[in-house]
Amino acid sequence: MYRYDEFDHTFVSARVEQFRDQVQRRLSGELAEDAFKPLRLMNGVYLQLHAYMLRVAIPYGTLSSRQMRMLAHVARKYDRGYGHFTTRQNIQYNWPRLSDTPDILKELASVEMHSLQTSGNCIRNVTADHFSGAAADEVADPRPYAEILRQWSSVHPEFSFLPRKFKIAVTGAERDRAAIQVHDIGLHLKKDEQGRLGFAVYVGGGQGRTPMIAKKIRDFLPEEDLLSYTTAIMRVYNLYGRRDNKYKARIKILVHETGAEELARQVEIEFAKLKDTELKLPDADIQAISAYFAPAALPNRAEGWGTLAGWKKADAEFARWVQQNVQPHKHPDYGMVTISLKPIGGIPGDASHEQMDAVADIAEEYAFDEIRVSHEQNLILPHVALADLEPVYRALVAAGLATANAGLITDIIACPGLDYCALANARSIPVAQEISNRFGSPERQAEIGDLKIKISGCINACGHHHVGHIGLLGVEKKGEELYQITLGGSGDENTSIGEIIGRGFEPEKVTDAVETIVDTYLGLRRDKTETFLEAYRRVGPQPFKDALYGGSAQEAA
Amino acid sequence: MVDKVLTANRLGDGISVWLDASGNWVESLQDAFVARHAEAVAALEATGKRAFDENKVVDVNVIDVEEVDGVLRPLRMRERIRAEGPSIAYAPGYRGLSGPKVAA
Repeated sequence: MYRYDEFDHTFVSARVEQFRDQVQRRLSGELAEDAFKPLRLMNGVYLQLHAYMLRVAIPYGTLSSRQMRMLAHVARKYDRGYGHFTTRQNIQYNWPRLSDTPDILKELASVEMHSLQTSGNCIRNVTADHFSGAAADEVADPRPYAEILRQWSSVHPEFSFLPRKFKIAVTGAERDRAAIQVHDIGLHLKKDEQGRLGFAVYVGGGQGRTPMIAKKIRDFLPEEDLLSYTTAIMRVYNLYGRRDNKYKARIKILVHETGAEELARQVEIEFAKLKDTELKLPDADIQAISAYFAPAALPNRAEGWGTLAGWKKADAEFARWVQQNVQPHKHPDYGMVTISLKPIGGIPGDASHEQMDAVADIAEEYAFDEIRVSHEQNLILPHVALADLEPVYRALVAAGLATANAGLITDIIACPGLDYCALANARSIPVAQEISNRFGSPERQAEIGDLKIKISGCINACGHHHVGHIGLLGVEKKGEELYQITLGGSGDENTSIGEIIGRGFEPEKVTDAVETIVDTYLGLRRDKTETFLEAYRRVGPQPFKDALYGGSAQEAA
Repeated sequence: MVDKVLTANRLGDGISVWLDASGNWVESLQDAFVARHAEAVAALEATGKRAFDENKVVDVNVIDVEEVDGVLRPLRMRERIRAEGPSIAYAPGYRGLSGPKVAA
């Protein structure tokens, strides 16, 4: 893992003390709210419906046990005993006192964590494939490049007041688990014909009120040009991105209005000026950062194959969990474990302080001290020997963390929604809970197969509903909640934006509507191997419209 | 005229509060002072602005409520959730309400 150097420590500590001074001046009345608000936002402190909210950055979703224990400690000491892992691989606390936030940040800094650039019109936390460094299908670990981007973008003077926020995601695999095509910049780490590392560069993706799929503007960018090319994109955006209308200020609008080809041309002109400047990454620097991410020395543990087979035979629940939540690792004796934060009927992404401590303990004992947060709001142990899966499972069961539903219909993404969020129009969590309860039977979930439901409580789409196989968007209509359904979205290497299926559903009817959609799929799929998304892409929306609305005039949105 | 109350979030801890008849910011909507005519609403607005300027509270708003069987109920779902707390059992022991339960 990356470790702070002296500069990082000094920088983060200075920011904590600066913020402490700002908070003190705010509480004493010396600073007015209008002056203070942008300062608190720069430190990840929002004001939500019930209280302040603190968003803590988890760079590229990677945590050590020590850091996870600190997150548990903050939940216990300063909040109400839990935290919420987000679709941006971060964690949010829902109840911190403003007066406590400098102390919280000081404690976080002691384990090399902070909340910088988790808000504001700057470059946000760079996200990455949660299986980075472990997946069999990646060409290289993309996180060193995410770390390089983090260092470069931290309080970058030129890019701290962009037209709007800016999100970058990286993946090192053909199979996109980081949803790079719905980010402002998506980077796909790959090798060219000579075996050199570089990136396919996508620009202008995003969700929100105007969902757009990113356009590829570079098929191969050599790795040493990462910062100069990214700077070129940022400069074009900073210069031409709209500042007159916040709803049209993201780079996706610029790409759409300018055209990808013309934008690429402008970027190339800027890039030509920057290519051979100090932004060119020396190989030694790439190697130095990469060394922090060197994979743990994984000893051969071939005995796991036999013992695992025995355990699975003896315990059907364990076998189901392995089947659903353990993915093959690039080392054949290991697996990548998904710890579901989606208990049946639970709150997607929430973890109690006891659970965070339990995960830290398990990671320390069995998983080389490494934990990831996925954008699907689960936790990951990227390196677990097959021989250790059984004790890991037992420990997860004891912590209430062994739900065997990764990738299934109850593995729902949901934003905090109107239960917490000041921007929301409708609740997300109770809808997720009801759907989870309805489909909670293991047999039923297995029968349905891979199906991603994503729920947002407003058009800002923090719950990624546009790329849900089934997406739910909560709106307010005449003072009441209503849920609009989209079908056919996907956030992988074949990204698609879901299509609105018809008029919305009241809260008490939306789970029935989802069930109707699922039953329609089960009735028309070719066989059990045809997933919901494949079936939808084959047949289109009409069978689902017919089932939901009976072909009546009511289907009009 | 729709009944109105004054709400905000306390500066120091951000907790949702409502203005009562004694001019105190209290944590229960049910203890809020209800403005039933234009002059009273204007007084609420002036009080809210003063409290904001004095750095006691932030995010100050006058909101619509109705009184049903002696229980105050905000007209908007957003304000009902602000008054009652998250509608979900977010932590062990949490019962989903910070004040008296109001029928939805």
